[in-house]
Amino acid sequence: MMLQMVLRRIAIGIATILVVSVIVFVMTRLLPGDVAQIILGQGATPETLAVLRKELGLDQPGYIQYFIWLGDLFTGDLGISKAGGATISSLIGGRFGNTMLLAGLVALISIPISIVLGLWAAMHPGSWLDRIITFGTLSTISVPEFFIATIMVLIFAVELHWLPSTAMLADNMSFLELLRGLAMPIITLVIVVSAQMIRMTRAGILNVMSSPYIEMAILKGVPRGRIILRHAFLNAIGPIINVIALNLAYLVSGVVVVETIFAYPGLAKLMIDGVQTRDLPLVQACAMIFCTTYVLLILVADIGSIVSNPRLRHPK
Amino acid sequence: MNENTTEKLLEVKDLRISAYNDEKQEIPIVKGVTFDIYKGQVVALIGESGSGKTTISLASLSYTKPGLEFTGGQVLLNGEDMLTAPPLRKREIRGANAAYLAQSAAATFNPAITIGEQVTESAVLHGILSQEEANKRAVELYYALELPDPDRIGFRYPHQVSGGQLQRLMAAMALCGKPDLMVLDEPTTALDVTTQIEVLKAFKKVIHEENSAAIYVTHDLAVVAQIADYIVVLYSGEIMEQGTAEQIINNPTHAYTRRLMEAVRPKPAAGLGTAVGAEHTRDIPALAVKEMTAGYGGIINGEPAVTILRDINVAVDNAHVVGVIGESGCGKSTLARVMAGLLPPARGDVELEGVKLAGGLQERKLSELQKVQFVFQMADTALNPKQLIGNIIGRPLEFYHGLRGKEKHAKVSEILKMVELPPEFANRYPMELSGGQKQRINLARSLAANPEVMLCDEVTSALDSIVGANVIKLLTALRDKTGVSFVFISHDLSTVASFADEIVVLYAGRVVEQGPADEVLEPPFHPYTRLLISSVPELRIGWLEDTMQKREMAVGIAKSVEIKATGCPFYNRCPLGIDGTCEQKTPPIRTLENGHQITCHLTVDQLTEAEQHTQKILHGFEKLEDKSLNAGA
Repeated sequence: MMLQMVLRRIAIGIATILVVSVIVFVMTRLLPGDVAQIILGQGATPETLAVLRKELGLDQPGYIQYFIWLGDLFTGDLGISKAGGATISSLIGGRFGNTMLLAGLVALISIPISIVLGLWAAMHPGSWLDRIITFGTLSTISVPEFFIATIMVLIFAVELHWLPSTAMLADNMSFLELLRGLAMPIITLVIVVSAQMIRMTRAGILNVMSSPYIEMAILKGVPRGRIILRHAFLNAIGPIINVIALNLAYLVSGVVVVETIFAYPGLAKLMIDGVQTRDLPLVQACAMIFCTTYVLLILVADIGSIVSNPRLRHPK
Repeated sequence: MNENTTEKLLEVKDLRISAYNDEKQEIPIVKGVTFDIYKGQVVALIGESGSGKTTISLASLSYTKPGLEFTGGQVLLNGEDMLTAPPLRKREIRGANAAYLAQSAAATFNPAITIGEQVTESAVLHGILSQEEANKRAVELYYALELPDPDRIGFRYPHQVSGGQLQRLMAAMALCGKPDLMVLDEPTTALDVTTQIEVLKAFKKVIHEENSAAIYVTHDLAVVAQIADYIVVLYSGEIMEQGTAEQIINNPTHAYTRRLMEAVRPKPAAGLGTAVGAEHTRDIPALAVKEMTAGYGGIINGEPAVTILRDINVAVDNAHVVGVIGESGCGKSTLARVMAGLLPPARGDVELEGVKLAGGLQERKLSELQKVQFVFQMADTALNPKQLIGNIIGRPLEFYHGLRGKEKHAKVSEILKMVELPPEFANRYPMELSGGQKQRINLARSLAANPEVMLCDEVTSALDSIVGANVIKLLTALRDKTGVSFVFISHDLSTVASFADEIVVLYAGRVVEQGPADEVLEPPFHPYTRLLISSVPELRIGWLEDTMQKREMAVGIAKSVEIKATGCPFYNRCPLGIDGTCEQKTPPIRTLENGHQITCHLTVDQLTEAEQHTQKILHGFEKLEDKSLNAGA
């Protein structure tokens, strides 16, 4: 039964990606002016436009163009950017690496911190640390990320001169130099994503804490720490995995503001640039990468929830 | 008697516990309670809900439910005061010196941890046993509690065993650390009678073997009579009367104790229901189910993936109460869902006043929907907490009858009056009402549709016995007044026997016996009906031991239900089964007088003979049944 459910989720994930690909394709075509028009500019004659359209395959019916585009996408051929004529894969390649580096470092720091703080707050509800955590997370959730980023720059770069105000990346940096260079965006993003994860962990555990089986554990004389870690955490893990996945997806696709403030060459910024210059193939490729990341992460979270459910793992 | 029975284990002295409301006013819950428990003794705390019995029992573990506070007195366990013990000491005592068994094992076992770990956890944490020793002791307890596959049941998860097994596993969990005192909080109340008797037997045996003392909390005097040495009768946080079991059961002195004894329903027997008035009778049944098979999952050739009900024929006559009885999982609720159209049957028909109904809800006409109404078990979840009672009852009036404004308002008042509630209740929210009042609103909501048939699914099961009895009275009155028919689903044969006109006995998705209540409750019985009737506890010390010696108990108890397509499903629990026939051929329906039907391979004469044989062996039992017959007549 469990395998069946997992396979089902995977099938749904693939279907979602395909549906999104259709939407992305149709939406970008709805934008005024086609690629040939953009490339040749306002002064192009209808004859030259027609020649270029034929060359680009734009004279074919829409669905055929879609399948050609989809086929290219799967073989890694993301097309050629209008700006400078470089291949999109080469444009995206480096940016994708940068984004993954930042996201990975933030995840590595924020997930353990969030779970530990969330558990701690749940273990001592109403204590001073719990109140600080609750107040702190609420504040950071309600404050926009660019505000946090700006405050960071003001404190650490302008006043204290501890850290560079922009994220600097160079090829021959050591890991420590890299960490110092990325410190500002990392700290900002850790603050932003941890708040949600801490609150969810705390709420999930406290919700389970009112179950009769927790009362039973108390009446068995089980210490509070073990009640939380062994009895409550296992039953609260489903929603926690999901909020982690959502935040990771945000780290890949939603950090454009932070990237802009720290001038970090990431994927989200590349996509915004693509929109500004009407570089449709680039926008399509970025959209597909973001969507696939989302679907994959949610898929992993779903499968995690299924596997962590003993009713599904051990059927009758 | 044991030598250490004279030694005091627990002394409760003038115990006081209070709750505090939103205005910080003190509301006393337990008002100065004093009693002792000696080693090896089982003390029962009995009373209705709200009597404070659970609160008092938890005090022996130095625990109060959230919102409650100890305000006075002492609870001495082995001479040590539990109420003033520091937090760390409390934790040491819980599970090691005093262990708790809750009402619903299904909710108190952690779904994510194996049974074995949960059973041994306390003993290992408190350093009483090493993990290996604890595992060994757990297996010994599984054997003592007669659990299936004792060597491996510990590796399973809670959802993989049955409710009755979990209840016994919880006893193993409590006993693993060899506590001095066990606190059993209504441990059999949520169980079917046949499961209850099996769990009671296991508890009694284990308590005796381990020579541990116990507090047994319950509202059921008949159960108490089987297991307790000493009884404390509570009402509203005060002790009304206390004494040895014999004293209290055979010679109650306090008026409240006598009232509790009267609330113990008589043994299910013929002649307890009320007759139907002639003015409502008609030729065509109000609702009928014909040759119906239903289940869940995809349907292939009229066979669902999981068959729950098979070849069901049931007719509900106008202004009749049809009681549907059977153990949990036998398909009672599924039958009601098919009748209501919530679950389209795989095969067969549902007919309303002789006209075939569509299987699914969506295809039924408005007038058809209006005539069949469902009353759900839990009023708490069935009533929208954000809606005023007036809106809850007014909605069906609008939807089915197009009533609005003043007209609707007047009708709501009228319906409230029918369920014996004041019209002002229309301006209240469900949470402002008591459990019994909410159940009346739940009924009123269905009643507002002005139905022909009301399907009541375990509507009294969550209620106190006295409150439940009042709801039954109301149902009878409604039937007499309006001529509505009831399908009354219950696992409690006593309740069904007290007011049903007809009884349908379901077993493993099949009708094993049905007919007029007086016929079904009189011999000859289907062997399963016999088992059900014998399993209802009697208010008599020694009843459990007598009953366990009966043939049908020896065969029928502690066996799980098998749902099969061929043969008689009851074969593996039947004392009268014919090898080679019953397990292979579907039993024939034998028709007796007045439409009484028994589905069995044995002939009516054979069944009658078997019954006479049982009665001869159990002379005492025979006398008692005579008594309850007289009481009902």
